[in-house]
Amino acid sequence: MTPGVRAVATRARELLAPDAVIDDRARLRTYECDGLTHYRVVPALVVIPEDADQLAGVVRACAEHGVPFVARGSGTGLSGGALPHAEGVLVVTSRMRAITDVRPEDQRAVVQPGVVNLDVTRAATPHGYYYAPDPSSQQICSIGGNVAENSGGAHCLKYGFTTNHVVGADFVTAGGEVVPLGAMAPDAPGYDLLGAVVGSEGTLGIVTSVTVRLVRLPEEVRTILVGFHSTDAAGAAVSAIIAAGIVPAAIEMMDALAIEAAEEAVHCNYPAGAGAVLVIELDGPAAEVAAEYDEVERLCEVNGAFEQRLATDPFDRALIWKGRKSAFAAVGRISPDYIVQDGVIPRTALPEVLRAMGELSAQRGVRVANVFHAGDGNLHPLVLFDESKAGEAEAAEEVSGAILDLCIRHGGSITGEHGVGVDKARYLPRMYTEEDLDTMQLVRCAFDPDGISNPGKVFPTPRLCGEVPGRHKGAHPAQEAGLAEVF
Amino acid sequence: MGAVVRPTSTAEVADVLRDAAARGLAVVAQGRGTKQGWGLPVSVDLVVDLSGMDRVLDHQAGDLIVEVQAGARLAEVQARVGTEGQRLALDETVPGASIGGTLATNASGPQRLVAGTARDLLIGVTVVRADGVVAKAGGRVVKNVAGYDLGKLVVGSYGTLAIVTEAVFRLHPEPEVRRWVSVAADDVHDLVHAVVHSQAVPWAVEVDGTTLSVMVGGRPDGVDARVGTIRGLIGGSVSDTAPEGWGTYPWQPGETGLKVTFVLSGLRDVLAALAEAGARVRGSAGAGVVYAALAVPDALPRLREVAAAHHGSVVVVDAPDEVKASVDVWGPVPALELMRRVKDQFDPDHRLAPGRFVGGI
Repeated sequence: MTPGVRAVATRARELLAPDAVIDDRARLRTYECDGLTHYRVVPALVVIPEDADQLAGVVRACAEHGVPFVARGSGTGLSGGALPHAEGVLVVTSRMRAITDVRPEDQRAVVQPGVVNLDVTRAATPHGYYYAPDPSSQQICSIGGNVAENSGGAHCLKYGFTTNHVVGADFVTAGGEVVPLGAMAPDAPGYDLLGAVVGSEGTLGIVTSVTVRLVRLPEEVRTILVGFHSTDAAGAAVSAIIAAGIVPAAIEMMDALAIEAAEEAVHCNYPAGAGAVLVIELDGPAAEVAAEYDEVERLCEVNGAFEQRLATDPFDRALIWKGRKSAFAAVGRISPDYIVQDGVIPRTALPEVLRAMGELSAQRGVRVANVFHAGDGNLHPLVLFDESKAGEAEAAEEVSGAILDLCIRHGGSITGEHGVGVDKARYLPRMYTEEDLDTMQLVRCAFDPDGISNPGKVFPTPRLCGEVPGRHKGAHPAQEAGLAEVF
Repeated sequence: MGAVVRPTSTAEVADVLRDAAARGLAVVAQGRGTKQGWGLPVSVDLVVDLSGMDRVLDHQAGDLIVEVQAGARLAEVQARVGTEGQRLALDETVPGASIGGTLATNASGPQRLVAGTARDLLIGVTVVRADGVVAKAGGRVVKNVAGYDLGKLVVGSYGTLAIVTEAVFRLHPEPEVRRWVSVAADDVHDLVHAVVHSQAVPWAVEVDGTTLSVMVGGRPDGVDARVGTIRGLIGGSVSDTAPEGWGTYPWQPGETGLKVTFVLSGLRDVLAALAEAGARVRGSAGAGVVYAALAVPDALPRLREVAAAHHGSVVVVDAPDEVKASVDVWGPVPALELMRRVKDQFDPDHRLAPGRFVGGI
């Protein structure tokens, strides 16, 4: 333990309950990774504050002693965003689980960062409202983590991401100041700092309270499971639906290998012999949904659907979603190891990208199962391998990286919802220029000039915040040294 | 205002800003100049007129995205994407407005209820920094969490952080039909609440004086049913055209124009305070944003009190310079110190639209 961490630990013990400050090795190890388990680092200290004052106090102590800190919600992230720092403090928000206020009349709720995503919806449902962003991990992931990652979910096609549903926050900067960002009412005057914080992966500071929008529960929901002979046919159906001006709540696609895995794991009874299935969900006013449903059914039919099943009640709907939602874990049934990739392409590039992925897979002898949010072009290829066989892990890693290159080449993104974290920092320069990354880091310098908030994440190379371009105080050092003259 | 340059590309804007940086010139960007009077008055050496960057660079209908230059007029972008049955869900609140000016002010109209504002629709942005460096953030896909979302920071920043030269937006399909249900009422509070908490999925809930108008769009069968639901709740008459003044600001030149925000439970109090102040009111009552025109700004402190009690704010958007000199244009702004630090990073010499924004930024 460094002297800095020791000082923070002393301060934390003054502020927090005795069991909320952890420094024994065995217990520290339970926090060594998040949802991306192949990166592991044991933190020097774990603190579990119960309120904003405690949390801000710990952060202030970190700032004072130059100690790095990492925030962690439920630890479900898939890019290593909550991977601890070996000489730093892990700030866990799991004891900040109060839903402070539910205001259906204002379509808002105020929650602490450790509140589980689905619990917001549970609190709002009796009032006819829900919280729209629904990452697959919504039964365990925290709102604070959602804010850090700008989490999406199957329904963000129609309803948007976390950034569209968070309107205000109490925020602790890396210096330990507590500032309100945004407001409960729309369009707070000034820069949209909250917009910069959402999705910044904990590199700017930590939220201690989050104000979210609540959305009216739809009058009707129809979920359709559609079987196709090929991913091309399913993709054509997706394009036709979008071209018809329909924005479904969700359109999910699974290919044959992903279906096979889901069948083995949860016996979801998807259409036999399907080369691809679509899960399409329509929601809204009953009459609107009915009209859209007729159109969707027809468009699937003309694009080669061989089976369509409609679920209108929650039980049947859950059955359809079960296969899709279990897909990641289900792949464990058909492969001992796998990489969950997360990339984005323009939707129209889907057939081309799928073909290229097929070629990659064949060339390298690596199996790839595909699950996508097809409506918005967000791919989740599952790259399968067996660690115990020589060279397989390396080949899988290579294919996984090549898939990201495919996404970039088609004008897409290296991550649609899992974040950059520690896992993809090295890929970020393939998507953005040095100037782009430098400009992003100006924000970092404003919020966290010493780079102590979640260091080493997102950006492959930290910017030295002292180097403010254009700001010249006194003579340039080179000029002073007689090496240069002002021209 | 100072000299005017009219670049035709991002590279030219970069050249101009590099040169301005070397000379220490204060600069303001201008799209079509329709909202140059907004915010606090600025005095600059150089106006970067973006009207020469007016092209729609790419429209991918299948991907529901459009890429445009900042000087393009919003109306022209709409016409272009409209040919494929799509729309950029931003209202032209001031005739002739450009994309760049709409982004800089985060100007919004009735559609914000269903589609949000420019901040929600912008998916990629190219900016030129005060030092002439060109940077991009986001991209051409709707779903993207790679890197910081600089687009959010520049939207609504009144040109004080960087100059936006190109933008990529997500699009929405144009509905088959739109209908407006309008009703006159002295107190619209309960009517607004009846509609926004209903299952009718209103696309806009607008107040204009004592008239409440609700817009829905979609497929004919669905829209008919939703209009039926809305009329059952609030009564009123149905039209297939927008009421006069729809989506425009209520003030005239010489008046003081306010933007007033609040949580929905505060609508009645806010409208009562505005009525007491003699304001003419129009705006998105169902979204917690209304605009008001005042002959004199005397009631501003009282209005701020009422808005703040409902978690909102009052900003003096447009007013004669002498009025702006006599009142607090932006009102109280939390987190101002952090905003100043952001400004200092992006524009350390304070040369971009100096003094126009909150706290003298």
